[in-house]
Amino acid sequence: MGCSVEDVTAAVRAAAEVVREYRDELVELDREIGDGDHGENLHRGFTAVLAKLDGGGFDGPASVLKVTATTLISTVGGAAGPLYGTAFLRAATALGDASEVDGQLAANALAAALEGVVARGKAAPGDKTMVDALTPAVTAAQSTVDSGVRAVLLAAADAAEEGAASTVPLVARKGRASYLGERSAGHLDPGARSTAVLLRALAEAARR
Amino acid sequence: MRVGLVIVSHSAALAAGVAELAAQMAPDVRIMPAGGTADGGLGTDFDGVSAALERADSGAGVVLLYDLGSAQMTAELAVESLTTPIRAIVADAPLVEGAVAAAVCAQGGADLDAVGSAAAMAHAFVQGEAFDEMELDRHVYGEGDGLLERAVVLRNELGLHARPAALTARAVAELDAEVSIRCGDQEVDAHSVLALMGLGARGGDELLVRAVGREARHAIDTLAELLESGFGE
Repeated sequence: MGCSVEDVTAAVRAAAEVVREYRDELVELDREIGDGDHGENLHRGFTAVLAKLDGGGFDGPASVLKVTATTLISTVGGAAGPLYGTAFLRAATALGDASEVDGQLAANALAAALEGVVARGKAAPGDKTMVDALTPAVTAAQSTVDSGVRAVLLAAADAAEEGAASTVPLVARKGRASYLGERSAGHLDPGARSTAVLLRALAEAARR
Repeated sequence: MRVGLVIVSHSAALAAGVAELAAQMAPDVRIMPAGGTADGGLGTDFDGVSAALERADSGAGVVLLYDLGSAQMTAELAVESLTTPIRAIVADAPLVEGAVAAAVCAQGGADLDAVGSAAAMAHAFVQGEAFDEMELDRHVYGEGDGLLERAVVLRNELGLHARPAALTARAVAELDAEVSIRCGDQEVDAHSVLALMGLGARGGDELLVRAVGREARHAIDTLAELLESGFGE
């Protein structure tokens, strides 16, 4: 048995709420190597997502992710808008018209999200971006598909946290931080960090 | 029906300024600024870009130009998310030069791909590369091919700066002729506003206008008259 539309809504709501908690940390990380707006932008976007989720009227898990995507795209304003928007949009497409999300579908959705982020931002692993968190997350998810959604997302979140931590010594090759060149080394990438935070919240909220 | 432009920028003022500048050289082209976030801050507004895209289209398609990182992503996403059958391309080009080159090209009635290329070619001009030199070789085009030349003297003090260069490119845009302008030892395509500006031709300079093709005579006469008119300056 997988996650229903209500479960998915609750998980996305939990992810949206956790952004508020991490807003200041993300602002601080982005101030070090970016323009300091990542926490603020994500907070604005996910606050709008919460309002949309309150409206309800979703006919399946995919429609929850699709509304999340279009809301983020319209409200975030920085690079995170198109990137997370594309991630949620591709994930929605991967879910199709399924009424429940199982481990395999969850892993497929993550893989589709990664593919979308790479296509949109043209970053590769090692560029010090959210791709460094999402790539190991997809690999971990794909190796746990038979254990249910919660196990898949927990494995993905663990791997994403490790992946995010691995960005510290890297020199940024994409995004605003790449303007800093060598000086970007020694800092945690805010995009990789927010990806790990979101995946952790989704995993904790998944009940099955 | 001309190709339209959308100027995607993090700043409303920057988008409006670029659109204003390009519009001066291309009065009949729809150039829509889409800058800043919906609440007036710095950033890119997906809905604003999508709306500008719809408004810029008159049926011939739209070229989008952008300033920095996320503006490119927002522009690409807007094109992918189109629900109406508008043909649109996101041009990888320096914003100001690309917008000017694309606008002048669109004003001349060029199709979507040509306008996109005009914008993309602006890279080379910004980097000081290839002036798109276009020597109309006497050995290739003999008298029999109708290679025409006429020497003219630039009358306005500032010479071929942006506005006169745009007027020059527009004057030959719809003519069936290859046209070049030589200044000193440089010869460039008269259809390219950036190449013309790159000549650095000043008032009093003697230019050689050269043309070949069915409407070469018309092209030569038109340009000679225009260049010697002083562009109303």
